[in-house]
Amino acid sequence: MSLIDSISLPRSVRLPRLDGLVQWIVPLAIIAIWQVACVTGFVPTRVLPAPSDVALAGWKLLLSGELVRNIWVSFWRASIGFLIGGSIGFAFGLANGLSQLSAKLTDTTLQMVRNVPHLALIPLVILWFGIDESAKLFLVALGVFFPIYLNTLHGIRTVDPQLIEMGRIYGMTDGELFRRVIFPGALPSIFVGIRFALGIMWLTLIVAETIAASSGLGYMAMQAREFMLIDVVVLSILIYALLGKLADSASRVLERLTLSWHPAFQKR
Amino acid sequence: MQTALRTSLPETELASRASFAPHARVAREERQEERRVQTTGLPLSIRGLRKSFGDNEVLRGIDLHIPAGQFVAIVGKSGCGKSTLLRLIAGLEKIDAGSIGFGQDVQPEDIRVMFQEPRLLPWARVLANVEVGLGRDRASKDAHARAEKALTEVGLADKRDQWPSVLSGGQKQRVALGRALVSRPRVLAFDEPLGALDALTRISMQRLLERVWRDQGFTAILVTHDVSEAVALADRVLVIEEGRIAHDVVVSAARPRQRGSAELAGLEGSILSHLLSADDRT
Ligand SMILES: Nc1ncnc2c1ncn2[C@@H]1O[C@H](COP(=O)(O)OP(=O)(O)OP(=O)(O)O)[C@@H](O)[C@H]1O
Ligand SMILES: [Mg+2]
Repeated sequence: MSLIDSISLPRSVRLPRLDGLVQWIVPLAIIAIWQVACVTGFVPTRVLPAPSDVALAGWKLLLSGELVRNIWVSFWRASIGFLIGGSIGFAFGLANGLSQLSAKLTDTTLQMVRNVPHLALIPLVILWFGIDESAKLFLVALGVFFPIYLNTLHGIRTVDPQLIEMGRIYGMTDGELFRRVIFPGALPSIFVGIRFALGIMWLTLIVAETIAASSGLGYMAMQAREFMLIDVVVLSILIYALLGKLADSASRVLERLTLSWHPAFQKR
Repeated sequence: MQTALRTSLPETELASRASFAPHARVAREERQEERRVQTTGLPLSIRGLRKSFGDNEVLRGIDLHIPAGQFVAIVGKSGCGKSTLLRLIAGLEKIDAGSIGFGQDVQPEDIRVMFQEPRLLPWARVLANVEVGLGRDRASKDAHARAEKALTEVGLADKRDQWPSVLSGGQKQRVALGRALVSRPRVLAFDEPLGALDALTRISMQRLLERVWRDQGFTAILVTHDVSEAVALADRVLVIEEGRIAHDVVVSAARPRQRGSAELAGLEGSILSHLLSADDRT
């Protein structure tokens, strides 16, 4: 997206300080319209509470410490699940990208497992783990595994063979070849996998926490539903959106830092 | 393939005339004598070399001796096995039968290849790309200095901190040349290194190739589609046909050479007619 922006906008029109703010105009406008619609009674507050009510509910939960505790629990589950699933996916992607034998041995099996929607396993997972932490971690890890696995594998397989041959001609050892040619070449694709995985991570966590949990944001939303606290339900949804955006921004920053050589990321 | 062969370009002649002042010529001729005496190149002996890919017999017995420091050009129609021969010399393919010898034990750093594609690492700066060429000496303390020197030799010292993606095609190819030169190779094999460049860039790269070859005295083996390039640069032009060396033409014209001179044009014409008659026969 940054590529298209920077091409289509002539240099003189770009105002760097406004650039960062522009993306917030639409969300702020939506909130403003929403507020007006609620205050004027156009939308009944039983259907959708006003943003100010949501903010108030958030403030109360913040004071009671409940909000921070639930966000922290969800954040922790998401990160640990992501780390576990991501590293296993990355390891399999590396192994199957680098070794024919390993690919022959495991790729078909993995492709079969991939076709089972991981959320379909929820009943089974609850039977196995009950509703304690391992159930949620397992589901998140499983969801994250495949995008990372597939994109790491794809990245490694599509590294330019001419560059690999060049590395060999110039006497690189296997380790050097991996570090200097194969890994950097696969990195753009790995980042695509990470961004996919982040989306799946939140989705899995919401579903898992809504169905089987005794803490976390999804649990907070379910509890609120039972007590008809619609402002807390809306609050939870907004927080999910924010956390998702945060994770995406973090991966973008990382991408920018590590792919600065890529024409798409070059400052001009 | 007639279309693949180029005949001499009129601008070639103009450009080369302008470049050599008479006094420079004397100096260069003296240097060439000197180079003959103290060449760092390795001689190359190839005997009964054969290579097939499945049923496809590509090379059917190549016998060839290249004296140390000679500049040899290899021409032939597309698919005749030029690249295969070069890859065998560089040790990138396994020999089916026969032998390739360099007259002594060689280190990997002694033999370098340059391809039509620059094959630079897009994620490494220009200087780091040149350092790759040091092979096992990459980690040594003077790696930086040596890479910078090679970069200066190819005229790109000011681009050392750029990413390869911002360079032009000709500049990328010069970085690739710097990378090939940085380990001071004794045999340098080129596989159509200028094939993807425009006519003007091609001419300035030809001059650069000739200059570094004179300065460093390696043995040069150049595969090219361009017969005028072959006669302008090489001491000797080999024509490959049906898996063998069909013609071995000595280019005795003194250096620096006058592009498009009657002597070179005559040679070029006779090599072209060899190639075309081979093409007609098939
Ligand atoms: N790795 C390979 N596997 C199978 N066949 C190959 C391989 N490399 C080359 N060949 C075949 O060997 C023959 C010679 O190929 P080569 O690349 O040496 O030709 P060339 O003279 O360099 O042609 P060009 O001028 O088009 O580059 C071709 O028929 C090609 O198909
Ligand atoms: Mg070729």
